[in-house]
Amino acid sequence: MSDVVTLRYDVIPGDFIKAGEASSDVKKKLMDIGISPDVIRKTAIAMYEGEINMVIHSLGGYAEISIYPNEITILLVDNGPGIDNVEQAMSAGFTTAPDDIRELGFGAGMGFPNMKKYTDEMIVESQPGIGTRVMMKVNI
Amino acid sequence: MTIRDVMDALGARLITGEEWLEREVHVACGSDMMSDVLAFLKDQSVLLTGLCNPQVIRTAEMMDIICIVFVRGKYPDETIIEMAKERGIVLLASGHRMFSACGKLYEKGLRGGAPYR
Ligand SMILES: Nc1ncnc2c1ncn2[C@@H]1O[C@H](COP(=O)(O)OP(=O)(O)O)[C@@H](O)[C@H]1O
Ligand SMILES: [Mg+2]
Repeated sequence: MSDVVTLRYDVIPGDFIKAGEASSDVKKKLMDIGISPDVIRKTAIAMYEGEINMVIHSLGGYAEISIYPNEITILLVDNGPGIDNVEQAMSAGFTTAPDDIRELGFGAGMGFPNMKKYTDEMIVESQPGIGTRVMMKVNI
Repeated sequence: MTIRDVMDALGARLITGEEWLEREVHVACGSDMMSDVLAFLKDQSVLLTGLCNPQVIRTAEMMDIICIVFVRGKYPDETIIEMAKERGIVLLASGHRMFSACGKLYEKGLRGGAPYR
């Protein structure tokens, strides 16, 4: 389909200053395309939480956003270390973030719950030692 | 109330965004945890925080927050101010602690959102 727009970004582990740049760029592109502010905000927040997770918890990877006529998909894929218990990781308040991350304003264990709250569909797959794959969908 | 009213109520100092002072603020949110802020979706809100790093601006950007008040005398560096400028976000600095700053705005009629869940 020619009217599908795909955006791809590398996510660098540990770079807290740059964290969120990809989400910020997606937000700008969605505004340029003329997507409604409500959909943009939900997409931006969900992706930002996921991007922050990749920066804080993972060994890095990529984010791929596709804009279809009726939905936006956000795919976040990283190269490990993976999550042992996905169900536990997704519960509100669960976190393995160290105190120095909390001092930066993250690590309240609300990332996954927020991502779920703002998207219409979310699938998290993870293999310890291999990596984590988060797929989210926001209806337009 | 307008951003200028927020500034006056707190006796806050304007860091950047003079051209946006007449914008209306509808609700406020006070937190040092950005995920708490990200759980709060409201239009035209003001964020009070004691956290002072680039992710505060990013969080505000994702949420379409129009004004950030740094409490407890926190003052952002040039990079942070520049990021806010680019995004049209007003930055204010207040010497008040979080509780007092929120209280002063509440007294003037500004409210938070509904209770969580
Ligand atoms: N991409 C990831 N790779 C490895 N672990 C992750 C990843 N994303 C999340 N996690 C794990 O899931 C937990 C919960 O994530 P989240 O709800 O975003 O809360 P927080 O990031 O505040 O800890 C994290 O503390 C971490 O243990
Ligand atoms: Mg998180």
